[in-house]
Amino acid sequence: MTYLDANATEPLRPQARAAVLAALDLVGNPASVHAAGRAARRLLEESREAIAARFGARPADLVFTSGGTEADALAVHALGRGRRLIVGATEHLAVRAATAGAAVLPVDRSGIADLEELRRLLREGPALVCLMLANNETGTIQPVAAAAALCRAAGALLHVDAVQAAGRVAVDVASLGADSLALSAHKLGGPKGAGALLVAPALSAMLAPLIAGGGQERGRRGGTPALPAIAGFAAACQAADWQTADCQAAGGAAALAPLRDAAERGAQEAGALPLGADAARLPNTTCLALPGVRADTQVIALDLAGVQVSAGAACSSGKVGRSHVLDAMGAGDLAGEAVRVSLPWCATPADIDAFLRAYHSMAGRLSRRAA
Amino acid sequence: MTPRPPHPVYLDNQSTTPCDPRVLAAMLPWFTERFANPHSVEHAMGREAEAAVEQARAQVAAVIGAEPRELVFTSGATESNNIAIKGAARHVAAGNPRRRVVTVATEHKCVLESVADLRAEGFEPVVLPVRPDGTLDPAVLRAALAVPTLLVSVMAVNNETGVVQDLTALAALARQAGALFHTDAAQGFGKIPLDVVAMGIDLMSVSGHKIYGPKGIGALYVRRRPRVRLAPLFSGGGQERGLRSGTLATPLIVGLGEAARLAQAEMASEAARLALLRDRFLVRLEALVPGLVVNGSRSARIPGNLNLTFPAATAADLMAAAPVLCVSTGSACSSAALEPSYVLRALGLSDAQAARSLRIGIGRFTSPADIDFAAAALAEAHAKLAHATIEA
Repeated sequence: MTYLDANATEPLRPQARAAVLAALDLVGNPASVHAAGRAARRLLEESREAIAARFGARPADLVFTSGGTEADALAVHALGRGRRLIVGATEHLAVRAATAGAAVLPVDRSGIADLEELRRLLREGPALVCLMLANNETGTIQPVAAAAALCRAAGALLHVDAVQAAGRVAVDVASLGADSLALSAHKLGGPKGAGALLVAPALSAMLAPLIAGGGQERGRRGGTPALPAIAGFAAACQAADWQTADCQAAGGAAALAPLRDAAERGAQEAGALPLGADAARLPNTTCLALPGVRADTQVIALDLAGVQVSAGAACSSGKVGRSHVLDAMGAGDLAGEAVRVSLPWCATPADIDAFLRAYHSMAGRLSRRAA
Repeated sequence: MTPRPPHPVYLDNQSTTPCDPRVLAAMLPWFTERFANPHSVEHAMGREAEAAVEQARAQVAAVIGAEPRELVFTSGATESNNIAIKGAARHVAAGNPRRRVVTVATEHKCVLESVADLRAEGFEPVVLPVRPDGTLDPAVLRAALAVPTLLVSVMAVNNETGVVQDLTALAALARQAGALFHTDAAQGFGKIPLDVVAMGIDLMSVSGHKIYGPKGIGALYVRRRPRVRLAPLFSGGGQERGLRSGTLATPLIVGLGEAARLAQAEMASEAARLALLRDRFLVRLEALVPGLVVNGSRSARIPGNLNLTFPAATAADLMAAAPVLCVSTGSACSSAALEPSYVLRALGLSDAQAARSLRIGIGRFTSPADIDFAAAALAEAHAKLAHATIEA
């Protein structure tokens, strides 16, 4: 089995596995005052500190959630009140669904948001802007710091969905200038079931909860925290090496770039057209269109050959249709003919070889039929 | 002097429970080699994860007599309660005359807060009192239902006192009045027999970590026939039929499923064992601490819980004097605050009595030796503190 669907979920890192197991051995509830509770509390707060530090935030400004979707929803719920919403055209459904009726910020053919249009939209009154750091389908990295400067100048707030970027490129909430930033554990090699919202210090104390409860997370998110998943989240953050300023640099997740490039080049030889490849991208992602061949047909053929890729976001992959991301990029018919290849942190050259064998075989059969 | 055990004695199983090794074993492969996203149904690894999620859904449903598709996975009972209460209210059209949402003074904070939050959205929260034994008088609910009511939310088992509400009778009253009936069953699921059909329940919240499963997972039962409609708390990828978006946490869900299966299979034998331990504890402690009071109904209660008011020492002092015991003053979420329990106040206890009350939660991994040690240690601490009070 060759797993190249890391943007759907990453395999668990061994450090995260160890942390999950150790946390499952702890008995207490972090809110309890007795010895077992205090031990659980200590692990919760150490995890909070480790994650916050990795993203340049204060521990007090980190709210644990059940995952990236809840973090996005909490940000829009808490920061969007009384503000107009401006949302990037290629945002994840978690953001799109939370921002119905929002003004849409268009993107160019590479998937990069139009900042001139943002400047214009920001003139229309107090806004919350949602702009993802890296796209889940194409890996395109948005000019978030530049957008943040525009937002700041206009008195707008900026929420950044960094779910796909975290663990793969350097993410620092302060230098990005984001007012809030959503994270997901399982997209960076941690377990499913934990995420976080980082909030700018000036806003974090007053965050209105989406889930009301027993006062956990300083009243910002009710419910007993998912301690094992959170401990695994912290360990995965510490293990993920993104000590690089950008995805072109060497080392860390950027080491995946040569493997990704090899997959992309090899697929091009079989007739694939990479989409969004001329923009700054995540080092692990390529979006490959095969003209004339439906995306779901490609995914099924690759699956039968033991290669796991996807036709878009996993959450919607049960209902394969056109990609709103590729449509927004003006990909035309190719929007229904592209597969996402996303390398996990543990990808090897052998994985790329297996992918290319399957891809060439698939393209040979299906492209000919399409032609 | 009672010999000190090598490890803390954990008697706070209403706060959270240790993860059962069998649950851990069931979860492990889904953390590691079988890690795929259960929504990636386009490929084999994703379908395998999806199948595991669906098996767990069936396991949870079986415990309460529901159909698997009536279960929605959430991050825990708090989220389930939020979705049930706010979701039911927000779904009704603005023109609907039913604006009343009824709950009970002894509910978990997250239920009380969810109901209270609805006031700002034009609903009418009503919080009913309980009888001194902690049970809700059906006549009190009936009176509240004289005003057209949207939803009634009554917990199955109280988290501080262990008192069991008569859900069948209460749900029948709600149904007759045309109101939906929700129950927070975080403390009852897998511990007492619950059947959503026989009991007439429309919505039920359950939690994993209260039944020896992992933290971070729960479920909400949503009746299909007749269908209960809810607005989601938040949206996104549209998972769980749009009611709860976000990638499903496969390993945690598998853990919840296995924990539910074990709880169901062992419910009767475990209840009998816990009742024996509870009685043993109480007999010993009552013999050593005259004037000890058991709070809440003696009959309508789960076997694993005791809420005790001590005659001459505060709970905080008892806990400090016996730090090897992991017991609590009440709900974990608010226990750090050390305010008198609002649950005990609702049963008619004074602030001073509530401050002298401890919750003892006996669980699957409590041994008779733990019980004997705990009874002796508490009695010893109490005697010392009572003596010090008299001296002073």
